[in-house]
Amino acid sequence: MSEARIAPEAVIELERQYRFQWEPAQQSHVLLYPEGMIKLSGSAGEIMKCVDGQTTAAGIVEKLERAFPGNDLRKDVMEFLEVAYGRGWIRTKQAG
Amino acid sequence: MDEAGFAPSKPAERKISNPLWLNAEITFRCPLHCVFCYNPVDYARSGPELSTEDWLRVFREARELGAVQLGISGGEPLMRDDVEVMVAEAHRLGYYTNLLTSGIGLTEKRIAAFKEGGLDQIQLSFQDSTRELNDFLSSTRTFDLKSKVAKLIKQYEYPMVLNVVLHRLNIDHIQAILDMAEAMGVEHVELANTQYYSWALINRDQLIPSREQLVRAEEITNQFRARMGNRCKVYFVVPDYYATRPKACMNGWGSVFLNIASDGLALPCHEARQLPGITFPNVRDHDVRWIWHESPGFNAYRGDEWMKEPCRSCPEKTKDFGGCRCQAYMLTGDATNTDPVCDLSPNHHLITDVVEKAQVPGQPVKVHPIVFRDDKNSRKLSEKGQPETTPVG
Repeated sequence: MSEARIAPEAVIELERQYRFQWEPAQQSHVLLYPEGMIKLSGSAGEIMKCVDGQTTAAGIVEKLERAFPGNDLRKDVMEFLEVAYGRGWIRTKQAG
Repeated sequence: MDEAGFAPSKPAERKISNPLWLNAEITFRCPLHCVFCYNPVDYARSGPELSTEDWLRVFREARELGAVQLGISGGEPLMRDDVEVMVAEAHRLGYYTNLLTSGIGLTEKRIAAFKEGGLDQIQLSFQDSTRELNDFLSSTRTFDLKSKVAKLIKQYEYPMVLNVVLHRLNIDHIQAILDMAEAMGVEHVELANTQYYSWALINRDQLIPSREQLVRAEEITNQFRARMGNRCKVYFVVPDYYATRPKACMNGWGSVFLNIASDGLALPCHEARQLPGITFPNVRDHDVRWIWHESPGFNAYRGDEWMKEPCRSCPEKTKDFGGCRCQAYMLTGDATNTDPVCDLSPNHHLITDVVEKAQVPGQPVKVHPIVFRDDKNSRKLSEKGQPETTPVG
């Protein structure tokens, strides 16, 4: 899965079978999928919040750097997106 | 940037965890008569079904406790005409809602209504990749209908799990089964080797595969996995009779799984109804919070105070919780015994004897005719109590 490359201009969306939501009982964001749940760390949750099917990878970095000023988040965010892509949580959308 | 994978399994904590899975067996009625069905063999004498209002209340109460996954199952859930109402309410509550169906009764009209209501995924069961065996194993003529339903499910863009229960009679068709899954475009395939409970226990000798069959099936599955990657994920559930350590059944008693049967009985698993000496609570009489936290039934085998040797002093008890209470009861007559799947159990021979017999190629010798799950057989078994193959000792 390490071959996956996400271009900064690629629009990111959630894979169809996943649902992303805040779980009060877990006090965390989770990804739900058939018969399973992935509990996300705080930072992973913040990134996934920006995955809306309209924002590019670069746009997600920008949004987060605005929300958490003073941090260079590009590397961490892109790394997470690669992992999420490799695990099939997200996909890249064709432009247009 | 780490993520925690599957949430459960923190056995060291003494506090009671939240239920994550609510399985609603909304009816025991079913048009199929599968020989490996895990519904109770005496389902014919279970009480009347819960009303729509009862179910919606149960959904709400379990969601408040933290349940995120909802399985709407049965029997065949589509035998009820209020599934649409349940789906819509479950979605509103924030469940990831799964419909577990044979496909019988899944018309286009209903599929569209479920989509509108927010159903998240459909698990469609096939008994085999061939019409002949599918129809024989379910004692019906359903293969063509199921194929049509599979197309409809994809047409409405549902994620779909194809569920095939594997056993001696169909496991050699695994390549064809996987080819069928690929052709259908399913995202998940669940190849669940039969676990020997209920009807499958009665038919155990006919259903248990040989070691050679299993190894071959796993090889073919792994080749398929390598080729498909993320396009299709395959779960291969190994039959525990071939293991030397028991499964961490339900991830521990009363740990994540809450099963509500059609008559309202609340159970920590599908099978627990049969355990002697425990009165399980009914959702008609109690709310789900009390049932989960306070009821004697759900606390019966939490923790490890109930364990006997060799479990009690075993370092692995926090990993597998001594295995399955129901299997321990069915095979040894005492639910507090070590699951005999464990090779540290003094009763492990009860498993190895069966496995050994299964290595003889071809049809197993000296068995009663295969028993189909239907009302007539269930009534007979209700009168008899335990299925006849159970060596209670």
